[in-house]
Amino acid sequence: MQPSPMAQPKSFLWTRRVVLTLLLLFVLTPVYVMLSSSLKNLQDVQGSFKWIPHGLTFRPYVDIWKTVPLAHYFVNSLIVSVSATVFSVVVAIFAAYGVSRYRFAGRKVFTVTVLSTQMFPGILFLLPLYLIFVNIGNSTGITLNGSRLGLIITYLTFSLPFSIWMLVGYFDSIPRDLDEAAKVDGCGPFGALFRVVVPAAIPGIVAVSVYAFMTAWGEVLFASVMTNSSTRTLAVGLREYATQNDVYWNQVMAASLVVSVPVVAGFLLLQRYLVAGLTAGAVK
Amino acid sequence: MTATAPPRQAPEAGPGSSKTAAGRRLRPRAIERLRQIGLPYLLLLPALIAELLIHIVPMFFGIVISFKNLTLFFIRNWSKAPWAGFDNYRAAIKIHEPIGQALLHSFWVTLAYTVLSVALSWLLGTAAAILMQDSFRGRAIMRAIFLVPYALPAYAALITWTFMFQQDTGLVNHVLHDQLHVTSNKPFWLIGDNSFWAMVIVSVWKSWPFAFLALMAGLQNIPRELYEAAAMDGAGVWQQIRKITMPSLRPVNQVLVLVLFLWTFNDFNTPYVMFGQSAPHQADLISIHIYQSSFITWNFGSGSAMSVLLLLFLLLVTAVYLLFTSRKRGDADA
Amino acid sequence: MRTSSTSSRLLAATALVAALGLTATACGGGSDSSGDKSDPASLKGQTITYWASNQGTSLDNDKQVLTPELNKFTQQTGIKVKLEVIGWADLLNRILAATTSGQGPDVLNIGNTWSASLQATGALMPWDASAFTAIGGKDRFAPAAIAAAGAAGKDPAAVPLYSMAYGLYYNKKMFSDAGIANPPKTWSELVDDAKKLTTGGHYGLAVEGSNGSENIHHAFVLAKQRGSDWFDASGKATFDTPANVAAVKQYVDFIAADKVAAKGDAEYSQNQTITDFATGKAAMMMWQSAATSIKAHGMSPDQYGVVPVPTQTAGATGDAGVTSMVAGINLAVFQNTKHKAAAEALVKFMTSTPEQKILNGTYGSLPPVKEAQSDPAFQTPDLKVLASVLSSSAAPLPQVPNESQFETLVGTAIKDLFADAAAGKPVTDDSVKAALTKAQQQMPAS
Repeated sequence: MQPSPMAQPKSFLWTRRVVLTLLLLFVLTPVYVMLSSSLKNLQDVQGSFKWIPHGLTFRPYVDIWKTVPLAHYFVNSLIVSVSATVFSVVVAIFAAYGVSRYRFAGRKVFTVTVLSTQMFPGILFLLPLYLIFVNIGNSTGITLNGSRLGLIITYLTFSLPFSIWMLVGYFDSIPRDLDEAAKVDGCGPFGALFRVVVPAAIPGIVAVSVYAFMTAWGEVLFASVMTNSSTRTLAVGLREYATQNDVYWNQVMAASLVVSVPVVAGFLLLQRYLVAGLTAGAVK
Repeated sequence: MTATAPPRQAPEAGPGSSKTAAGRRLRPRAIERLRQIGLPYLLLLPALIAELLIHIVPMFFGIVISFKNLTLFFIRNWSKAPWAGFDNYRAAIKIHEPIGQALLHSFWVTLAYTVLSVALSWLLGTAAAILMQDSFRGRAIMRAIFLVPYALPAYAALITWTFMFQQDTGLVNHVLHDQLHVTSNKPFWLIGDNSFWAMVIVSVWKSWPFAFLALMAGLQNIPRELYEAAAMDGAGVWQQIRKITMPSLRPVNQVLVLVLFLWTFNDFNTPYVMFGQSAPHQADLISIHIYQSSFITWNFGSGSAMSVLLLLFLLLVTAVYLLFTSRKRGDADA
Repeated sequence: MRTSSTSSRLLAATALVAALGLTATACGGGSDSSGDKSDPASLKGQTITYWASNQGTSLDNDKQVLTPELNKFTQQTGIKVKLEVIGWADLLNRILAATTSGQGPDVLNIGNTWSASLQATGALMPWDASAFTAIGGKDRFAPAAIAAAGAAGKDPAAVPLYSMAYGLYYNKKMFSDAGIANPPKTWSELVDDAKKLTTGGHYGLAVEGSNGSENIHHAFVLAKQRGSDWFDASGKATFDTPANVAAVKQYVDFIAADKVAAKGDAEYSQNQTITDFATGKAAMMMWQSAATSIKAHGMSPDQYGVVPVPTQTAGATGDAGVTSMVAGINLAVFQNTKHKAAAEALVKFMTSTPEQKILNGTYGSLPPVKEAQSDPAFQTPDLKVLASVLSSSAAPLPQVPNESQFETLVGTAIKDLFADAAAGKPVTDDSVKAALTKAQQQMPAS
């Protein structure tokens, strides 16, 4: 990218090598275990761990689609997570812009209230929320309970408070002079937001989007109660490889890897936005 | 003009400057004022509606329940459940009786778990983000790999760790005992004392990529010129990290640490997948504890009371934390 | 600042009103189920929802097993059935949500140990004499299975659908290699045999130490053999009686004192017991209806035998001769159903003798309907043993509303005792008693 302004001494380079190598090992070991287990027969999976497995088979990768309707769950998860992410991030950008750039009565109350919602243990408001959804369904005909829509609305609020907070942090670090200058140039507040603040905060927004997506992608408890067999998400569906008497370890691992590939690929694509930052924005 | 603005000033370019800037506009003053007042509320409205529906209304619901004797006998008809006054709370805070004692124990376990997990996750995230700030060969691929734990479905990752921690056949003991000979016996990781540490390790594995991600994004907002100026003044890499990087990350850190704390404190998936419905005594996190005393046993009054106590504690922690860190930041907008 | 606090107060008030309003409407509950009379013609064209539990090798497998049967039902009655198979991890929470909101299935499967708890909520339709008559009478069912369908003295909350029982599974080759002619009949024989079988990385017995429910099932039987119960007649918990302490200690001692089960068993909770048995790592295990799983792990049926779980003294009878809890699945009708007659018709169909033969035959369980038991499908050596256990030496787990607390608290206590044993800490009468006393004190008063 650009030449490093830092002259890097040996100590820094060595620290980098050692620390990053250890982190790689830490991160990748479970992934390796998943991979090697996913290539074994059910009889062999539970045997003593060996670094180099033998008797490999691709059978689990064939079976995963039959044991559990994996493709169906994957599509459900994708719809729910992407929708929840998009809505959550848009709503959070507006709110964060308001909090970051304006001083108004109730600002503190708003931020504290929104943040405090994250402290309430999910297991407590699961049931009340379920009841509310059922009642909304009964009175308005909008099915929230058991539908993807209900799950999308729920998940969007799960990531919203932190998204707002993180974005306020990122927006705060963008010099105000930039958007004030835009306003002077004739942009309204929304123009300043979308032409200046958002482009400058792209790395932060991408980080928040990833957070929102993963919050929805991995949620188990609410999904287990609020979905049925046609709307079930992956996070819940993966557990179906563990049945009453058998746990299909090899298939759980194979399925997990298969469904994670697109997600990791998506991360890779988003990478370049993570590094295009303020500097790029300010130069324009 | 932008480039020369000192960074510590940037976040605090406060209300004063924005008002004077807006004042220079030539619109009629009354409309301008109305817009000024109404606009922020309009910006917050969607967030407020969503939070109201999903969190706040159910939360009040939960608080009402905590004053009721909502056991399985009344679950079909909540309004008929008798009022319990403060009975549920009293049972929860009597720390010399088994229920309160168990809750308190669970609270300490959770606190230790949270502090350790957050500290380690933050440390790893910061280290990796700073060390990877400058490009080197393989940086892009490494960054993607570091995000893998975050991308794997939680259930799959946790099941895999459980697999690795198995006493007889797991990878962890294979390495520690068979290969490195660190331990004389194969230790247990999923039961007994070590279960706590197993849980911390898994939690760090799962959450440090998030810290890494947030900090990496934060680093992008530090103007290069600062480093160049510092380098010209003769500051070395380590000094630059200390004098420029760390202070500049403070706004992100303030939120990040709190986020991780609250997130980890309410963590349900980790113990639930690793240990099933009954966590070992040493790893009895409060979320599982409350789950047991409400969902398994269908006694929601007592579970709600415990949750409200938990909420109060977290509110207190957050308030103190924000007070402390905001003062440090010199944020004057109280 | 003043405006903001007023607005937040207003907001709070609105939310509270909304919450209370919802509470009131949420509990409308019980829709009129009197609407449809059991006129067969009117049932035609109705659609009911059925929540099935996971009995087969996967949820999909269950669907494949049940769909053709339900199609037969639709042909016979004209009633359509919407089937949803729900995994065990979710089933209880889904029932909870259905119970609270009043919106749920019409017919559902429940684990039979949940019967009394769910009965106490009033969510399930009670099966009084006339309801039973409509499905052919209570006498069609094995008494033990009926006893596990609700609290004593009340109309059952459900009807038995599939029955299972514990047996002692033993590896024939390992027994003959060790020179043991017959499987053990008493616990001391079992420990002696197991000691002989515990050599060179192999163990006499495998136990599922971190599985609370398994722990409870065994502790229940061992206590029953001592004439002891976990609840008194009024439903009060009596966990720490000397007999219960002895029962729990006997179970934990398989690892702690006798050392006939691997220490590693203390952390088993994913059915590793079956794996160990099927792969020859353990020579014996006590399990319920394990045939299909053992096969899935690569052990053929002629390699193992099944006998009743041992007793304290040979040939014990009555409580002392109890060798298993009554395990199984019950079928219930959701009280809020709008299609009561259709729901009852489905129960009648599922418990009919031909369906009982087909379904239990497929799932490897035993039919609770006596007429179906004589079918050749249930005459295999292992099922014959389990059937005789069920009819003569099985007792239902305590049918009390607080059964789930019992399972959680005592199940976890035993798990922690196993952990102590595995870590080499002593497990004594005192430490067992202390653990059980602590569990008992956390039980709700009622």
